Amino acid sequence: MTASATANTAGWRMKQPSIIPGFGLTLGFSLTYLSLIILIPVAGLLWRSAELGWSGFFAILTDERTLRALYVSFGTAFLAALVNVVFGTILAWVLTRYRFPGRRLIDAMVDLPFALPTAVAGIAFAALYAPNGWVGSLFMPFRIAFTPLGIVIALIFIGLPFVVRTVQPLMEEIDREVEEAAATLGANRFQTIFKVLLPGLTPAVLTGFALAFARGVGEYGSVIFIAGNIPYVSEIAPLLIVIRLEEFNYAGATAIATIMLLISFAMLLVINLIQAWSRRRYGNV
Amino acid sequence: MSDNRRTFRSPADEGFFTKLALVALSLVFLAFFLFMPLVSVFVHAFADGWDAYYEALIEPDAWAAIQLTLTVAVIAVPLNLVFGLCAAWAIAKFEFKGKAFLITLIDLPFSISPVISGLVYVLLFGTGSLLGPWLKSHGVEILFAVPGIVLATIFVTFPFVARELIPLMQDQGTGDEEAALSLGASGWQTFWYVTLPNVKWGLLYGVLLCNARAMGEFGAVSVVSGRIRGLTNTMPLHVEILYNEYNMVAAFAVASLLALLALVTLALKTLLELRFGAGAAGGRH
Repeated sequence: MTASATANTAGWRMKQPSIIPGFGLTLGFSLTYLSLIILIPVAGLLWRSAELGWSGFFAILTDERTLRALYVSFGTAFLAALVNVVFGTILAWVLTRYRFPGRRLIDAMVDLPFALPTAVAGIAFAALYAPNGWVGSLFMPFRIAFTPLGIVIALIFIGLPFVVRTVQPLMEEIDREVEEAAATLGANRFQTIFKVLLPGLTPAVLTGFALAFARGVGEYGSVIFIAGNIPYVSEIAPLLIVIRLEEFNYAGATAIATIMLLISFAMLLVINLIQAWSRRRYGNV
Repeated sequence: MSDNRRTFRSPADEGFFTKLALVALSLVFLAFFLFMPLVSVFVHAFADGWDAYYEALIEPDAWAAIQLTLTVAVIAVPLNLVFGLCAAWAIAKFEFKGKAFLITLIDLPFSISPVISGLVYVLLFGTGSLLGPWLKSHGVEILFAVPGIVLATIFVTFPFVARELIPLMQDQGTGDEEAALSLGASGWQTFWYVTLPNVKWGLLYGVLLCNARAMGEFGAVSVVSGRIRGLTNTMPLHVEILYNEYNMVAAFAVASLLALLALVTLALKTLLELRFGAGAAGGRH
């Protein structure tokens, strides 16, 4: 990024001289607002968590119900992100390469999970995949809703646009000549796709996976209706935070929230590392 | 067209049946995960006909929820709009240290679970905190009241406008502003007549997404609201209450309004992207 390069040459000065006014005002307001709304409340959470001490923190974390809830959250989010990697990549390919009636509409609708309120998605999925629902009844006696599989279904919906929208712009930029070159060199279509095209898309696919996974771990509204919320089986970590709060067990809620927060910071770091790695290796993402 | 031409296939392309299979696979996937849930919202909402639908919406508690949702959005969206403009101005028009870190901090709410976004305010203003009891003794209610709902909504919608504007204004550089200033325009005139027209579509795009999330937020709001019917119930929370009471028609009727909001948001967003290009309307989610 050029910004950091110029910042370095500026030495110890806070900013480079500019004739444009309003730096102090806009940065001052931004930092104040950011601190009041985000930083101080989040710091408060970490502070309250630190007050628990290591032993208190550890006791809550290693509680069987907490561990199961974290396992359910991370496990289902992982599976859903995996499904999204496969279908999201196929969908991105179909949308960039093929022309068929309704393509525009479908392209626009991929963003529905971003726009649809999670509670609406939640009740719709619960009704649809319930044993008496349109889809759920097809699969009886096998149950989808009110099991961990139901959680995966809801998280597939939530995570889909993250994969499609990260992979799609890169697919649009693929140079057709590369594929033609591969073909003239004797590669069949399968080889061209899996040995020439997909390796270049790996960073985008990984980023999409990480974004969908991170979002899925913290998701609440779309999951709680379809999950059944059986402790130790289909109870997600965010729901356990809410349950602890309703019991006025602030320590319990704080500890679970802190560990989730730390993991999402780690995820953020991983996403940034993937992007830095791919910039070095493949140019811009 | 001769037979010969019709059977010709570019080596950098898949066969007709492969294409057909991939398109069909995508459509089936989307049917189960996108279209059927969306359609089911409206089918359930109108299950008992127009009159039942209409009655579910004009019922006093539902009407109060609609009003509260609108009120919260009317407060939260403009505040985040002003913040977005300030942050983008400071970040895009000036070079200073720690810029990349500041952008990461602005994006932070996207990687925090909505439940945790609500929890941080419960810890800040709840009974065990320093601020809560003091504010209460001075007659200010934050938690389980409208201010708490507004704060939680601002938290989750915090990055939307800023992250659309920052890359857009960075791309546009500072040339236009410098020209205006050197021709004698004041800082305010430069912003109002030069910068704002340059970014208006990106701004609209950010506001659109910000508003959709503000009206649809569930997890964060449910933690701080206390769910007092007619007082601190937003539309998504009202949907949850009705659903848990097995009042399906009413739950889906309110949900259908939110789904409609999502569809309108998507339509406007697509329109902006088509008319002004994905670049003008931000590219990243």
